Amino acid sequence: MLRFLVRRLLGAALILFIVITATFFLFFAVPDDPARLSCGKTCTPDTLAAIRANLGLDQSVPAQYWDYLSGIFVGRDYGEMRCDAPCLGYSFVNSEPVLDTLLDRFPATLSLAFGASVIFLTVGIGVGVVAALNRGGWLDKTTMALSLIGASVTIQFLGVIARYVFVDELRWLPKPEYVPLLDDTPGWAGGLLLPWLTLAVVQAAVYTRLTRSSMVDSLQEDYVRTVRAKGLTPFQVTGKHAWRGAVTPVLTVYGIELGTLLGGAVVTETTFNIPGIGKLAVSSVANSDLPMIMGVVLIAAGAMVLANVVVDALYAVIDPRVRLS
Amino acid sequence: MTAVQSTKKNMADAARGNGAAADPAPAEPLLDVADLKVRFRTEDGIVKAVDGLTFRLERGRTLGIVGESGSGKSVTNLALLGLHNPARSTIEGRARFDGIDLIGAPERRLRDLRGRRLSMIFQDPLTALSPYYTIGEQIAETYRRHTKADRKAARARAVEMLDRVGIPQAARRIRDYPHQFSGGMRQRAMIAMALVCEPDLLIADEPTTALDVTVQAQILDLLGELQRDLGTAIILVTHDLGVVEDVADDVLVMYAGRAVEYGSTAEVLDTPQHPYTWGLLSSMPRLDGDVDEPLRPVPGSPPSLLNPPSGCAFHPRCGHAVELCRTERPVLARPALAPGSGDAVPWPGNGVSACHLDTATREGATA
Repeated sequence: MLRFLVRRLLGAALILFIVITATFFLFFAVPDDPARLSCGKTCTPDTLAAIRANLGLDQSVPAQYWDYLSGIFVGRDYGEMRCDAPCLGYSFVNSEPVLDTLLDRFPATLSLAFGASVIFLTVGIGVGVVAALNRGGWLDKTTMALSLIGASVTIQFLGVIARYVFVDELRWLPKPEYVPLLDDTPGWAGGLLLPWLTLAVVQAAVYTRLTRSSMVDSLQEDYVRTVRAKGLTPFQVTGKHAWRGAVTPVLTVYGIELGTLLGGAVVTETTFNIPGIGKLAVSSVANSDLPMIMGVVLIAAGAMVLANVVVDALYAVIDPRVRLS
Repeated sequence: MTAVQSTKKNMADAARGNGAAADPAPAEPLLDVADLKVRFRTEDGIVKAVDGLTFRLERGRTLGIVGESGSGKSVTNLALLGLHNPARSTIEGRARFDGIDLIGAPERRLRDLRGRRLSMIFQDPLTALSPYYTIGEQIAETYRRHTKADRKAARARAVEMLDRVGIPQAARRIRDYPHQFSGGMRQRAMIAMALVCEPDLLIADEPTTALDVTVQAQILDLLGELQRDLGTAIILVTHDLGVVEDVADDVLVMYAGRAVEYGSTAEVLDTPQHPYTWGLLSSMPRLDGDVDEPLRPVPGSPPSLLNPPSGCAFHPRCGHAVELCRTERPVLARPALAPGSGDAVPWPGNGVSACHLDTATREGATA
């Protein structure tokens, strides 16, 4: 199990290195004038000149690449601006190191992903299992029809409507906003409730359908027939045995989903004005803040890689056959 | 419907360890199945998977059920355990197990019987055992379900059973997962699991089909040995007549959801009465036969159970079929003197078959 984890982590580090390299060349080696791209919309000739000097654009591309890489491990100076290790670059638009901004924004994204995941996994898996156990019955048909609707609506549509109905008109839900968890826990949960629910409606639909179909398959496995032939109760058959076979596909999809969510739920964060990574991605593109865009790409890739390491480790926990291979 | 007497031979060694006299009603067999019908509703229509099956099984004895794939062997057994989805299937007829009606019994009641008094083992132990739990846990789980044993006692029982089915270092191997066992050991573990509560009836659904030949023999020996020790009656489903010859007391030959021949193993295999049984026997290679003699497979393939042939379901594949076979379904009976006469001849033994052919034709055909 330890060897398995070490191997996965090494693989993850390799993938991150490849992502860093690819992003660097995409943004620094390919464009004609990276300095102009790094400078942002409100770029003065003075800033532009400073950036040129600080980024070392007069040097060769390999030398620039080396500076960038070594900056991640030992930090880097951009003129008078110090960027401590791990330095992912310096945003001249925000006048602070990229990593500081990312760390500042990440808790909002994490909060959104965490709360929404709890809701959509609970609802999606729960409803999916119930539908599978009542396969072909009215309950199955109703939930499948509802989930099709859920999967079909978009967040920007549902979010705006829900906000108008439940916040502005009915006043059932508090105004969506982000308050840090440690400052005001009830405020944190209240402010995120509508974003969570909106994201969860769309996602739960996906997990309901996925859980149902993998549970239906699992219930037809030979070993499930065996445990029924042993006289186990339906609760034991489903709760102890059948779910083990059904959970793997759900976990696979959730691993990818979690990676995406932690890389920033762009639409949800924009719709509800939550200052997370997703919103940062949008604003940095709008401001042509090249170092920040790179940082967002890296954090999204890192989140995806990390989520998949966790999922791989969970596969081994769930299925003993994985541990040996 | 014909009541079939069972032969008295082997009764002594078939008796349970505590003596046959302890049985409350020796007149009633352990399992008495009468006119069992299993139907499945499908989009294309109703499949008559089992269509009026009658047989009985005494305590401690072995019944071999033989037939091609789709003849209704497995469906019959799953019906006895009540494992068919009630929303998709209809089960009619009677199946009395030690005085308990299995057909139509509440699910709760059947659950208490399954694994405790009626157990089942399956063809492929790799897929039939859960890959997610250890062998020990899967055996102990059955024991705990049906007894008041605590975790520790159930674990000890699992070790005992695993040891009894011949798995070396049982105390260590109960911590293994099924994929860490070989095919033969997996089937042994499956048997240990099925017999952990010492059931009265073990249904073995092609228990050796997925195993190689040497292991097959070991598994059959093991089943025979446990049967002698525990007095378990066995229904052995197989398509291998060699296996039947070795272990079964009685044989039921199934075709298209019906019994076509039923009798003691000696009768059915030595003096087969039904053309389908002849076909099965002549399609089987024999060590004592002439090596140059070609195997004669039964021509054609089993009929669709959605729309079975009229009359005798076997007639399209039968080389001896007469007009009557196409129009009238034969019942399970002793052979008649002449086609359709209904006058049964005294026949050596108790075997019955569902065929219109008269004795002269049968003797001519098998000679």
